[in-house]
Amino acid sequence: MIDQKTYVEIYRIILPIEERSSNLPSDTKRVPFEMRLRGRLVSPAELGDMVEIETASKRIEKGILVAVNPFFNHNYGHYVLMLTEVRDVILSETEDLI
Amino acid sequence: MSYQDVMNQKNEIMRKALQMNYDQFEGPGIGFDYEKMMASSGYTLEDVIRIQKENNIGSTPMIELKRLSAYARKFAKPGYGARIFLKDESQNLSGSFKARRAAMSIYQAKKLGFKGVIAATSGNYGAAVAALAARQGLKCIIVQECYDSNGVGQPEIIEKARACQAYGAEVVQLSVGPELFYQFLVLLKETGYFNASLYSPYGVMGIETLGYEIAKDMHEKEGKYPEAVICTNAGGGNLTGTARGLKKAGATDTKIIAASVDLSGLHMASDHDFNLKSFTTGHTGFGIPFSTFPDRSDVPRSAARPLRYMDYYGLVNQGSVFFITEALAILEGMERGPAGNTSLALAFSLAQEMKDDEIIVVQETEYTGAGKHMNAQISFASDRGVELLMGNPLDEKPGKNLIFPSSGAMLKHKEVSLDHLRTSYLKRYQETMLFHSDYEYLALELKTTIEHVKKLMEDLNEAKN
Repeated sequence: MIDQKTYVEIYRIILPIEERSSNLPSDTKRVPFEMRLRGRLVSPAELGDMVEIETASKRIEKGILVAVNPFFNHNYGHYVLMLTEVRDVILSETEDLI
Repeated sequence: MSYQDVMNQKNEIMRKALQMNYDQFEGPGIGFDYEKMMASSGYTLEDVIRIQKENNIGSTPMIELKRLSAYARKFAKPGYGARIFLKDESQNLSGSFKARRAAMSIYQAKKLGFKGVIAATSGNYGAAVAALAARQGLKCIIVQECYDSNGVGQPEIIEKARACQAYGAEVVQLSVGPELFYQFLVLLKETGYFNASLYSPYGVMGIETLGYEIAKDMHEKEGKYPEAVICTNAGGGNLTGTARGLKKAGATDTKIIAASVDLSGLHMASDHDFNLKSFTTGHTGFGIPFSTFPDRSDVPRSAARPLRYMDYYGLVNQGSVFFITEALAILEGMERGPAGNTSLALAFSLAQEMKDDEIIVVQETEYTGAGKHMNAQISFASDRGVELLMGNPLDEKPGKNLIFPSSGAMLKHKEVSLDHLRTSYLKRYQETMLFHSDYEYLALELKTTIEHVKKLMEDLNEAKN
């Protein structure tokens, strides 16, 4: 059981496929319009339950509980050989600059 | 509430969320009184400067990029290769020029007694609104287009979400689609918060100080106004505000140049294409449609009207912007962008067509960091099957490859014909009976003469027949 007030992420379909805007490219038309949102769990629950959370602006939102203690792990990416080559080009072409 | 129900309430929701009646600016025909709208806020340029100063915004450094200018000059004919200056806007609160815009929206929201603000943005504006709202004790919700249908988030937008949360904002992350506007309206209706739109007069007047500072900085340093100022162009507010500020300072001869990343071939509402682009802003997917139809924005009449001010529009490709981002770091010691460096890439190419005693000002930089850093963006693209190549960047196929210039000599731009944009703007009025006052309005909107508007209209009608 995940405790009340735990920081979590919820997921909800805002518009199912049939309720989406009519003016969409075909690939977007085939998928629902979705939302992800983080906040504090209002009542104890399990992963996958439909829950309510309190958001940072103190709103209550409903959705499926998909993550507990969510965090950011975006980074600077892996090594990119091409950027080393770009650097070599710039350095060699500017060697004679004061 | 269904999609259609909410969209039908759009005007009413908007009126409440901005406390502004746009009807008062409408004219008898197709036009409206733009200057009346801009003046209706009651804030003078001096007020804006003061409000921004109170929030640690503005007076950013103006830096001459001597080594980068000399590098560009190598590829120019004798006597050519303008001096490139850079306004280091990353030094603003929250790391970009967007703080200038947010400052005015938040000031107005507070003045009108709103308890919170909402902004629809996946970019630096979100962090700016969140930071400024934090300083005023206002609640803040940022609505982002963030994920594709597989739940894969664009790393740059994830970074913006992190920054917004760091300033205490709630971040609503949505999948790909124009229905973001629907959710935005739902939230405005539910909360009664202020619409901190990028396109309200507040969102644009905040940038006038940037143009004003550029004119003042250059006059102080060099005793003259710059020959050209380059603005990265997406929604059009950056260019519009900068141009207005330059004019207010007296720099009426300075050419206003728009720069966008060329993302031709990628559909902006496509779930599949969403994560194939390495730039989430400053690109043609916003730059072209917002120039040719500014009122497509989230307010009834947009304050961002770039064709009123634009003298030239140049496109660079993604690989060129990454190249110049690397050059800025290793030649000038400035790690910035990459998206904010779109105008710098264009400056590198355009400077070669200008005389060596002329000055071209690149009017912004932005902070860099995890996710948005070019290394993060390029490795994300390569992981999704985008091919990385050295060669001629003008051969780049967005979504298929990224082509980095194999030499500084290869970093060239493409010009967008302003008449082509004007014609595209005018298409909307092909079936409309136009009177003299309409033509007057169109001439102002398109920065041209009434005769030229009529000529473009005739050409359009001929093409149709």
